[in-house]
Amino acid sequence: MTRVVVKRLLVGVLVMWGAASLIFVIVRAAPGDPATLLLGPDAAPDQIRELTAKLGLDRPLPVQYVSYLGDVVRLRFGDSYLFNRPAMAEVFERMPATAELMLASTAIAVIAGLTLGLIAGGRPGKVVDRVVSAGTIALQSFPTFWSGIMLILIFALALRLLPSAGSGTPAHLVLPAITLALPFTATVARLTRTSVAETMREQYINTARSKGLTERQVLLGHALRNSLIPVVTIIGLHMGGLMGGAVVVENVFAWPGVGTLVVDAVANRDYTVVQAATFLVAGIVMIFNLAADLVYSQLDPRIRLESAA
Amino acid sequence: MTDALEVAGLVVDLPGRGGPVRVVDDVSFDIPAATTVGLIGESGSGKTMTANAVIDLLPSGATTGGSLRWRGEELLRASRARRRQVRGHEIAMIFQDPLAALNPTQTVGRQVGEILRRAGQSPQQVRSRVIELLDRAGIPEPAARLRSYPHEFSGGMRQRAMIALALAGSPALLLADEPTTALDVTVQARILRLLRDIQEDEGLAMLLVSHDLRVVAHVAHQVVVMYAGRVAERGPTSAVLREPAHPYTRALVDSVPAVRTRTALAHPLPGTPATPANRPSGCAFHPRCPIAREVCRVEQPSVRSVGSGRWAACHFAEEA
Repeated sequence: MTRVVVKRLLVGVLVMWGAASLIFVIVRAAPGDPATLLLGPDAAPDQIRELTAKLGLDRPLPVQYVSYLGDVVRLRFGDSYLFNRPAMAEVFERMPATAELMLASTAIAVIAGLTLGLIAGGRPGKVVDRVVSAGTIALQSFPTFWSGIMLILIFALALRLLPSAGSGTPAHLVLPAITLALPFTATVARLTRTSVAETMREQYINTARSKGLTERQVLLGHALRNSLIPVVTIIGLHMGGLMGGAVVVENVFAWPGVGTLVVDAVANRDYTVVQAATFLVAGIVMIFNLAADLVYSQLDPRIRLESAA
Repeated sequence: MTDALEVAGLVVDLPGRGGPVRVVDDVSFDIPAATTVGLIGESGSGKTMTANAVIDLLPSGATTGGSLRWRGEELLRASRARRRQVRGHEIAMIFQDPLAALNPTQTVGRQVGEILRRAGQSPQQVRSRVIELLDRAGIPEPAARLRSYPHEFSGGMRQRAMIALALAGSPALLLADEPTTALDVTVQARILRLLRDIQEDEGLAMLLVSHDLRVVAHVAHQVVVMYAGRVAERGPTSAVLREPAHPYTRALVDSVPAVRTRTALAHPLPGTPATPANRPSGCAFHPRCPIAREVCRVEQPSVRSVGSGRWAACHFAEEA
């Protein structure tokens, strides 16, 4: 077990290096430069040159890259060009709001997705199954920005039940969390459905039936746990993916999280903030994937054995 | 001798692409109490479907007809709740592949004891009863093996665990579907002996489904031979094997290689087995039958008495 974790962590270091390098290239490849944007359209060329030098952006790219990597290794991400304070502090400040949104969405997706998937997968081919299957395909294909706006139109503007934007009260969390959870719920439901339906064809399900158990007891007592293995992996992978969705959702609902921060930073070419946020998000995604692997091996004693050997 | 199970005119239809397929067609036989009946046939002969129909574990979409009388009670017309009650507690089943038939994520002890736990027994009661059952099934150090997972057992041990699981509900009829087919030859004999001992000690009725004549010959008191979904022949095992009354049984007996006498190779059965979906006209066996005549091509022989306790579905049973 320890060996597996160490191996995954080593791979993780490589992934982090890749992510840091990629974002370094991408922000610099995008048109527009930070000094011009910071100083405004009326700035003199001298002022721009001076600020560019101060930010260290006048050096050749390989030099910038090496000093950037050196900083990243020491977990130093520089100051935000815009706010003149450490970029990572800026990101950390926004993290709780994003975490809150992601946790709420994950809870919704896991509870609703597992329930729907179990109901559908326990009766493959029946009406419930078809309804759930069709419904989840629809949910998966709605783009987040569109479903977010639809939810605002219905629940905030027409019914006046919930606030349309901002944060502060639990009511503010409802719409963005649901919006972010919709495609995730559909993914969990579809995967659970397939997995449960497959498990229900296993021979040991017939063994369970031969003990005189009800279908419900068979489903919950024997099929559920064996079906969960692929589902847990997907939940782990998608929790990382939620970060991407959070960027869109936060902007639709003016949610003060990392997502809105990154979009603002990109607009202002605030390289250090973009780099810091990307690094942190990559790290979080990696940790979720590792956690999924570990839970997975706990669910199936056969995997536990293999990693011990 | 009273009959534990009376199967009369049993019919099973499975949904197929070109409409329903009759995989079990008008099958009748009895299982007397405290008796082992061997059900033999090639794959596709309907023997497993017959056993599945008895315990009500047919694939979804299957329909049944005829009659299954269990201790005088008609099972095919019983309520779903009643049939569930019968499963495990009155009729239990042992499956072919014990690795596939055991839940990989639950300990053996948990699976064997589940039926007792669901019946409301205390954890202590369940535990001591499971140890008893594992011991009865010949698992050494049963108390230590309770917490093992199926993948930590050898093939023979898994089948022993499966037997303990089937016995947990104290059934009166045990259905064993190819219980030794997935096992090593050396283990097969031991599992068969165990099944026979349990059957005798507990006075169980047992239906032993197998494609292997030798398995049935050693354990079964009576034998039912199936071909393409129908009964070809049935009767006391020794009489049927000594003097088959159906050319198919004769061919099965001849196809078993004798180990001690160094004959040439045994005579394999010519042709391919008929399947219910692709059944020849008349007697389904006629394309492979050495004594088939014109009437066999046209007229399906009905099962008729051919001696004391012996029945066969052949126009020329006396010549087989």
